Amino acid sequence: MIKYREVAVSEFFEKNKHLLGFDNPAKALLTVVKEAVDNSLDACEEAGILPDIIVKIKNIEKDIFQVSIEDNGPGIEEKYVKHVFGKLLFGSKFRSLGEEGIQSRGQQGIGMSASILYGQLTTGEPALIESKVKNKSHYSCKLFIDTSKNMPVIEDEKKLETKKEHGTKISLKIKGVYRKVRGVEDYLKYTAIANPHAQILFIDPENNRKLFKRVVNKLPKRPKKVAPHPHGVEIGTLIKMLNRTKSRTLQSFLMNDFSKVGGKGATEICKLAKLDIHTRPNAISREQAANLLLAMQQVKLQRPPTDCLSPIGEENIIMGLSKEYKADFVAACTRPVAVYRAIPFQVEVGIVYSKELQPDKPVNLIRFANKVPLFYQQSECVIYKAVVKTQWKRYGLQQPSGSLPIGPVVVLVHVASVWVPFISEGKQAIASYPMILKEIKLGLLDIGRKLKRYLAIEQRKYAKERRLKIFSKYGIEIANALTELTKMDKNYIEELIKKTIEKKGL
Amino acid sequence: MREEKNEVVKKFELVFGKEVLEDLKRGENPTLELVSRTLSNAFFDEKKGLITLGNKREKRSFFSLGQAKKFMQTLLVAAQLKKNIEEKQPAIGTRQLFYLLKHTIPGTNENTFDDQKTETDPIVEDIEVTLNVLREQVGLFAVPDGYIVGPMIAYDRKTGDSLDYTKMGLGGGAIPAMVEDNFYHIKEISAEFVLVVEKYQVWQLLNQEKFWKKNNCLLMTGKGQSARSPRRLLARLNREFNLPVYVFTDLDPWGYYIYSVYKQGSIKLAFFSEKAGVPKAKFIGLSTKDIEKFDIPKTNWIKLNQLDYKRIKEIKNYPWFKKKEWQEELSRLEKFGYKVESDSLVAKNISFTANTYLPTKIENKDFLP
Repeated sequence: MIKYREVAVSEFFEKNKHLLGFDNPAKALLTVVKEAVDNSLDACEEAGILPDIIVKIKNIEKDIFQVSIEDNGPGIEEKYVKHVFGKLLFGSKFRSLGEEGIQSRGQQGIGMSASILYGQLTTGEPALIESKVKNKSHYSCKLFIDTSKNMPVIEDEKKLETKKEHGTKISLKIKGVYRKVRGVEDYLKYTAIANPHAQILFIDPENNRKLFKRVVNKLPKRPKKVAPHPHGVEIGTLIKMLNRTKSRTLQSFLMNDFSKVGGKGATEICKLAKLDIHTRPNAISREQAANLLLAMQQVKLQRPPTDCLSPIGEENIIMGLSKEYKADFVAACTRPVAVYRAIPFQVEVGIVYSKELQPDKPVNLIRFANKVPLFYQQSECVIYKAVVKTQWKRYGLQQPSGSLPIGPVVVLVHVASVWVPFISEGKQAIASYPMILKEIKLGLLDIGRKLKRYLAIEQRKYAKERRLKIFSKYGIEIANALTELTKMDKNYIEELIKKTIEKKGL
Repeated sequence: MREEKNEVVKKFELVFGKEVLEDLKRGENPTLELVSRTLSNAFFDEKKGLITLGNKREKRSFFSLGQAKKFMQTLLVAAQLKKNIEEKQPAIGTRQLFYLLKHTIPGTNENTFDDQKTETDPIVEDIEVTLNVLREQVGLFAVPDGYIVGPMIAYDRKTGDSLDYTKMGLGGGAIPAMVEDNFYHIKEISAEFVLVVEKYQVWQLLNQEKFWKKNNCLLMTGKGQSARSPRRLLARLNREFNLPVYVFTDLDPWGYYIYSVYKQGSIKLAFFSEKAGVPKAKFIGLSTKDIEKFDIPKTNWIKLNQLDYKRIKEIKNYPWFKKKEWQEELSRLEKFGYKVESDSLVAKNISFTANTYLPTKIENKDFLP
């Protein structure tokens, strides 16, 4: 048996805050909002509710902020509040590669508990939680974490008068830094783009209200839970699965706990691993497990299932981008589901060309993993690499070698997967698996071609306009000169020139 | 006088007014057909002994991005010149014309013209060749740079001044920009020939020595490569008063070429040759044979450099240097390997040019054609 060493929670937090997204006050403020909004979106979607979210940030004093996030989700039953908000370190975040999984936003897993602890450690204030479940009373309480016992403690419980049907609100007082650029507002904007079915109201510290409108009235298709594919499992995961499984024999374990393994496949695996199909899974030694893994990988099996993911969808990307940018041109491409290391994933790409954006700056690249915007470590991310490696000159954009292309353009790339391979626990950059790189590049190729077509038409239009403009301006002077040279009526000549320009000038 | 002006105005109205308007009425691309001033359209007319322009024309159209502005500029220059003539405005210089035309096009931040040398000047030349008029006839003058002294009386019609070129002092009389008869009327001439001197300093010395008085001639200089009005004046003196013209330059290819411009005209101003060329002009010197004949000391010779040799080769190929005498002279110069400046003759003695060299040459009719 493994023995857990007891560590003071605050000490653990201090040691791991970079993993949890609290390395600095600016990032901390963003992380608090991000965790809450991601939870709200997931909760709403799970309950089949179109999300309505209000995010409010108030500057209490110098670097202390009051952050509140309110949603119209299903609410949390009184008895579960402790569990949901206080389950620090018990989240599903530290899932291993290949375990049973589902595409979800809550990659951070530990949920709000880390935010609550951060607020508590930096301001000494507990979190204020309000929740309303349909047909139940509106409940509020204060929640803090007893760091000596690593347990949530609830205080000051109240019933509220309310007209609200259902929803949750959490308010925290935290130390932070509010950034205007690449801060909470941008995060919400990008979230709104990838989730056009959500409505988000943001009230910033200067009390400006920014509404990110809902433009799609249909919830996205729910992702499905999938069992791991034998080709994508690691030894640690396999051992864990062997110990936890409810199956009684190795054969049924292989068939039940993995996808795409039938009776024949299971038998073949066992034979190759020199193991009896009737062996009890928890009786398998480490060495045997290693052989089993080898066998699992050698046997020919069907490809992993590909219907388990929930992409944003081409239409929704176009809607999302068009509502946040004044797009002169917008296009999107959702690639078919592909597989890396036996894990299904799907790439989506979108592009906006807007004359309101700066034409001489690098394009604005916005990255998403499972519909969550990625803000940091851009240059280490496979998305960035794919964009840089694409020959944008072919598609009508300037591109300094080894850099992002230049132009009034926003490029959106979304990678959805049961298991997104981040390069580190900070979960801000996706690792460069060749299959993922290839899929992103194919997506970029598709929108690149569409962009090229658009730019060519624009160019022709521009050339036409330019010709007209040139002829018209010189036409004024020519009319003056011709009036002098012919002694004809000036208006008549001006009309004549105008007509000829319209007829012949193009 | 009025007649001629009306003729010019009519030409303007036809080529730059009516014809353009017709194009517009027909809904066609307004196009000017201008006489080409390129090298390929200049040729040497052996019969006339002049470099003249051929009949090649080039089109300048409105509906062409590369030509639209130039087309507009051409019409603007034409309209302005025509207006100036009609309103009987005083003649203006090309710089002044530029400022008359330069303005911002309404509704833009672009000027009609930004540069004189590359914009207005070439268009003036286009108009001159296309309408077959001189700039003097369209109320423009080119900046002159030339002097004349000798027995001639002229009348300046604009100022009403009588000009006696025997009483011009050491500075001599400046040749005006406008030497057409409607500005500059030559009343009296008793001179027997015209001596054109390349170098101002040589001319100055001859004037001091009263060479013109002793030899009863007009003494003129265009100060190197001559401007337009001295050439035109020389042509009038030759054509209207039958005065023989002798040209005195340095002994080098550059001097020869200056002579040829007085005589046959130049490629660049080929259209001007008919008016300003003097096909009957003679080259008085310095020639290679003079060096020996007059015993010019070797200390005054300067070695020909590579550029000189190159220029000799070029000149040798010009059709108007194809005469046997000139081909031989150029060959002799190449062989001789030295150039000799006309200034250097003072080394013999200061009055050698005036008293010995020139009189001897004229007396013996020792000229090159």
